Amino acid sequence: MVDASTANSDENVADAFLQGGTSLRNAAGPYFGSYGGRWMPESLIAALDEVEDTFEKAKADPEFLAQLKDLNKNYSGRPSLLTEAKRFSEHAGGARIFLKREDLNHTGSHKINNVLGQALLAKRMGKTRVIAETGAGQHGVASATAAALLGLECVVYMGAEDCRRQALNVARMQLLGATVVPVTNGSQTLKDAINDALRDWVSNVDNTHYLLGTAAGAHPFPAMVRFFHEVIGEEARAQILEQTGKLPDAVCACIGGGSNAIGIFHSFLDDASVKIYGFEAGGEGVETGRHAAAITLGRPGVLHGARSYLMQDEDGQTIESHSISAGLDYPSVGPEHSYLADIGRVTYEPITDTEAMEAFRLLCRTEGIIPAIESSHALAGAIKVGKQLTEGKENPADTIIIVNLSGRGDKDVETAAEWFDMLDENGNVKGTTLSTRKPKGTSERSNLEISTEEANGGRN
Amino acid sequence: MTEQMSSKSAAAIDRAKAQGRAALIGYLPAGYPDIQSSIDAGIAMARNGADLIEIGIPYSDPVMDGSVIQAATTEAIANGFHVASVFDVVAGITAATDAAVLVMTYWNPVMRMGVDEFSRRLAEAGGAGLITPDLIPDEAAEWFAASDKYGLDRVFLVAPSSTPERLAMTVEASRGFVYAVSIMGVTGARQSVSSAAEKVVADTHAAGAERVCVGLGVSTADHVREIAAYADGVIVGTALVAAIRDGGVDAVAQLTKNLSAGLGRATAQA
Ligand SMILES: Cc1ncc(COP(=O)(O)O)c(C=O)c1O
Repeated sequence: MVDASTANSDENVADAFLQGGTSLRNAAGPYFGSYGGRWMPESLIAALDEVEDTFEKAKADPEFLAQLKDLNKNYSGRPSLLTEAKRFSEHAGGARIFLKREDLNHTGSHKINNVLGQALLAKRMGKTRVIAETGAGQHGVASATAAALLGLECVVYMGAEDCRRQALNVARMQLLGATVVPVTNGSQTLKDAINDALRDWVSNVDNTHYLLGTAAGAHPFPAMVRFFHEVIGEEARAQILEQTGKLPDAVCACIGGGSNAIGIFHSFLDDASVKIYGFEAGGEGVETGRHAAAITLGRPGVLHGARSYLMQDEDGQTIESHSISAGLDYPSVGPEHSYLADIGRVTYEPITDTEAMEAFRLLCRTEGIIPAIESSHALAGAIKVGKQLTEGKENPADTIIIVNLSGRGDKDVETAAEWFDMLDENGNVKGTTLSTRKPKGTSERSNLEISTEEANGGRN
Repeated sequence: MTEQMSSKSAAAIDRAKAQGRAALIGYLPAGYPDIQSSIDAGIAMARNGADLIEIGIPYSDPVMDGSVIQAATTEAIANGFHVASVFDVVAGITAATDAAVLVMTYWNPVMRMGVDEFSRRLAEAGGAGLITPDLIPDEAAEWFAASDKYGLDRVFLVAPSSTPERLAMTVEASRGFVYAVSIMGVTGARQSVSSAAEKVVADTHAAGAERVCVGLGVSTADHVREIAAYADGVIVGTALVAAIRDGGVDAVAQLTKNLSAGLGRATAQA
């Protein structure tokens, strides 16, 4: 995975950290080992300094922390539950799997944690406008939500391809009063949306805060976004201790830019007994080249302000990533993850589209929870980890695994219906006239409408 | 500014200064629409009044560029441009003209080739140095070493938002000239020159820079005239890219001639 020559000594670094009592938590940036930094135009440095300064002061301000805590509790619905997935666990070698239910947060994913924090900072800086990039639409929806709540103007950049894949989220953002700008440059996905957001920021920095949605980008974003998500790990650690009386054997999360993952990892980084796994999008298989596994197959480079693992060709051009999951479709990764990979503290592995979709279906049918496809990568990974860790064990149920269920799958229903071949050639759900798409030339108000005929037929 | 080493860019700007005028710097991306056209267009700029030529490396994620340059560089990559070809373009222009030829590049392609290797090949091709829109001196340790080793100019950017401390630091780090961004924004033609530009130039001079050139949004001879009154050089990009797109090398030659008419404290009045 990482350069073999460095892997050994890097593992020693992690051991030294853990044995010597040096903490891996709270790395402040700008650098995480040789990763991170500020590979950014000079025009934006003053703005980054302002964000950093405001964040550092806010972090030490009890009033700010109280405000954030109140919003987390009374607006997002924190703490999110830790749910044991008993029937799902049977498919993971019998290890006990617990789900950290970020899907239950307001707006349906972990993204709200970061957004509320940054939107409060935007207010503190006197900004009247926030901009955001979005892949799956979850961060865009969360940003639009926070902007509505706090009275900020909101513009969301979204790849044209992603607008198509996540049409329902586009509508949600618009309902919340945000402007969605489809980005038609490059691969028309997340990385290009970030490029356009940066261009907007450099042009409007006086009144605008760039509400970056993941733990990537230039300092202070990786450390700041992590800070706002640390609550996930803090809650999960307390909850697992309360429910089982011990620490988990493993913690699993999916990796897009890496925000939900670093948020839950953070609380366990210094617990040597806890294995930590990040699951990247393996797309159609890493051997096909159509994937988004930046750590597994990338090499260090700079993109969007940070030095980190990056999918790039021999000219240093970014390679377009591919994943069934729009939220993981990003060719780089937050710099702290690159560091944690190099020192061997966290294991990063790819999960293919197929594996993720199998886990998606399994969770639906065994637990009555429809997960986001992003989170399904973590579920698929947990199945593998569960089988590994319980192999040859007399009491597999002694093995405890926490999976960060970063979001719910409502936004993914159409993708899933297509994947599982549930649609006929007209886009209707097979065996019904339940349509997930609006037929051409009709003026139906809903995309999901059972025809009257069918409904009556059913009743008689 | 680091001045111990001789600087091709500084020499080109000083030659213009000796003629009582500001220098003209013309930008075009390498490989748009193809390598030979880039060489021909660079030569045409040099023969029609450009003192320095800035050759851009097409890059997949050009966050400082507006739509005209993005479209051109995207097309160059689609046409098969490879980073190493930039050295052919530089060599082709320096072989035929006296202009100082700089390469403008986002940092990742340089990192990928290796900063030392890239620098060595650029120097071999006769290049003057690098303009680095997303590399700040804070992250440039490798580039300091390589540029000193191969005698290349380090052109960093300053912006209206740069603090006095950062101006001083960037001026100190630069060699050849300092690139003053006229406006908070990305490349692209604009109706008028931002009023912020003059102050940035004055502040950068006050911070110790001998040569400060202004770019972003400069597209007409009137803009050139306005900026030439207070800066040491004027950088034109988008307008030249639009010219080669719409009229090929001839249009580049014509536009360069028009722009250079705006240059001179001496020549403009003549
Ligand atoms: C539900 C969900 N999980 C995970 C991600 C991936 O982002 P990150 O790696 O920053 O958590 C996204 C991004 O859109 C998401 O919507």
